[in-house]
Amino acid sequence: MNKPNLAVQIGSMTMQNPVTVASGTFGYGPEYAELVDLNRLGAITVKGIAPDIHIGNPTPRTYETRGGMLNATGRPRPGAHGCIDTYVPFLADYTTPVIVNIWGKTIEEYGNVVEQLDNETGIHAYEINLSCPNIKEGGSAFGTDLSIFSHVIELVREKTKKPIIPKLAPNVSDIGAFAQAAEKAGADALAIMNSFPAMGIDIKTRKPVLANGSGGLSGPAIKPIAIKLVHDAAQKTNLPIIGMGGIFEPEDAVEFFIAGASAVAVGTANFIDPSTAIRVINGIETYLIDQGLNDIKQLVGTVNYG
Amino acid sequence: MIQDKATVLKHENFQGDYRILHLATTGIGPHVQPGQFVHLQVPQLGDRILRRPFSIYKADSESISLLYKPVGRGTASMATLHKKSQVDLIGPLGNGYPEAANDTLPVLVAGGYGNAALYLKARSLKRKGVAFFGGRTAEDILCVEEFEALGWDVRPTTNDGSLGIKGLVTDAFDPWLLEQNERKPELFVCGPTPMLRAMGDRAIENNFKAWLSLDENMACGVGACLTCVIKQKTETGWQWARCCKDGPIFESREVLWDE
Repeated sequence: MNKPNLAVQIGSMTMQNPVTVASGTFGYGPEYAELVDLNRLGAITVKGIAPDIHIGNPTPRTYETRGGMLNATGRPRPGAHGCIDTYVPFLADYTTPVIVNIWGKTIEEYGNVVEQLDNETGIHAYEINLSCPNIKEGGSAFGTDLSIFSHVIELVREKTKKPIIPKLAPNVSDIGAFAQAAEKAGADALAIMNSFPAMGIDIKTRKPVLANGSGGLSGPAIKPIAIKLVHDAAQKTNLPIIGMGGIFEPEDAVEFFIAGASAVAVGTANFIDPSTAIRVINGIETYLIDQGLNDIKQLVGTVNYG
Repeated sequence: MIQDKATVLKHENFQGDYRILHLATTGIGPHVQPGQFVHLQVPQLGDRILRRPFSIYKADSESISLLYKPVGRGTASMATLHKKSQVDLIGPLGNGYPEAANDTLPVLVAGGYGNAALYLKARSLKRKGVAFFGGRTAEDILCVEEFEALGWDVRPTTNDGSLGIKGLVTDAFDPWLLEQNERKPELFVCGPTPMLRAMGDRAIENNFKAWLSLDENMACGVGACLTCVIKQKTETGWQWARCCKDGPIFESREVLWDE
């Protein structure tokens, strides 16, 4: 049998395979370049960029939980100039398309950061972070208010012709409404989901385990939540969905495709086994061959309700 | 830095609760600089998913050794590893200790098994000075003969007085420092944070250098997750620096301690 087609189209961006890395779990690329063949990824999604430099939260910023981890880095970022000067040139040496995760403390900052970045030919798409649980302003608040959510996407749409991919918050009552609003506002695809707002407490000191008080839960513990959100959103929109949340094995990724995702992102697993994304790509291919499918698209949204 | 499947060559009891894990890794062993670490995926850790960082105690062209004490879930599970088990490693990681200046007297300062991170440095330093090792009891003072065999003058301190001077390493270090008038000391330190800070303060007050091995909760170990940060002084204030990538070794003047 011929090799199945793994390529996926997200607006004008072609991914050679449907596997990227989740923003915030892969740095800006150089951190993993010695361990992972970056040219094999479907896309590289870098850690969030705001217009200006941000320092982030105090420590502890991470805490291990059963089947996952909490994090609250508060997005310490190099700013748009740091991204353009350092990381865009580095990633230009690779053939893999680059998705830049963008965020702002105000609605205007989302537009501002895109204005600063948009001339860079080495940037192929933007993931709009509307759902970071770890900063007081913007972030999650923007992702759970439907009108602000739409407003930010419309603003970014005005500033760029490149594909824009809003990253949705998991803690909303109706993910379908956000998916539809994103489509209406001009999004090219959806990223579902961000880490889930979460907290842990040290019972000896009774202090929160993270200096920020709370953070985002990621890892295998959240996968079933993400599968349902992808599934529910896919019922309400025709936009391609990049599914993510606890993908550690190829089988996890396959589940996302069946639920309705057109592509997937490997997140927390990068910290544990940097070769996960490559294993997932290989495993998806093997699964398609075993299933007698010649294109990944044939798998998307194929839940069997009997 | 590589990711390597290492085979357990030997896993032995050392002293008290301490153990030494010998791992075959031709990919990592030859490239280790003193003060670097590996990020180890502990098998059979079940739903606890993150890797664990360990200082590299010894290294040669074919293997590395880790000296540790089972204190938490990760190390307790690690203690069950047997000969021929496979362990996934990423390493060597971090910056390692720098070369000592030509005109200084190298001094090692360690708390508990912190001296595991200092052994390779102790071996590579041309001039051998004094080594201050502190611990709770005699059982926590490790490898004294080994460091002495390399030519170091080891001065133990214990909280309970069961070996050496009763008290903290500073109780041995401070009187020693007063007697020094020939060479300026240069410290290589690994231990708990209060010890790092105490030695760092002395370095600044007395105008010598102290290279401190810092530690914060980390997830990735390679500089991507930005969780293991410490405050590093800059000309205008401070910035976050990653223990795993920019460190773990920082000079005392670089570190802005939390109040």
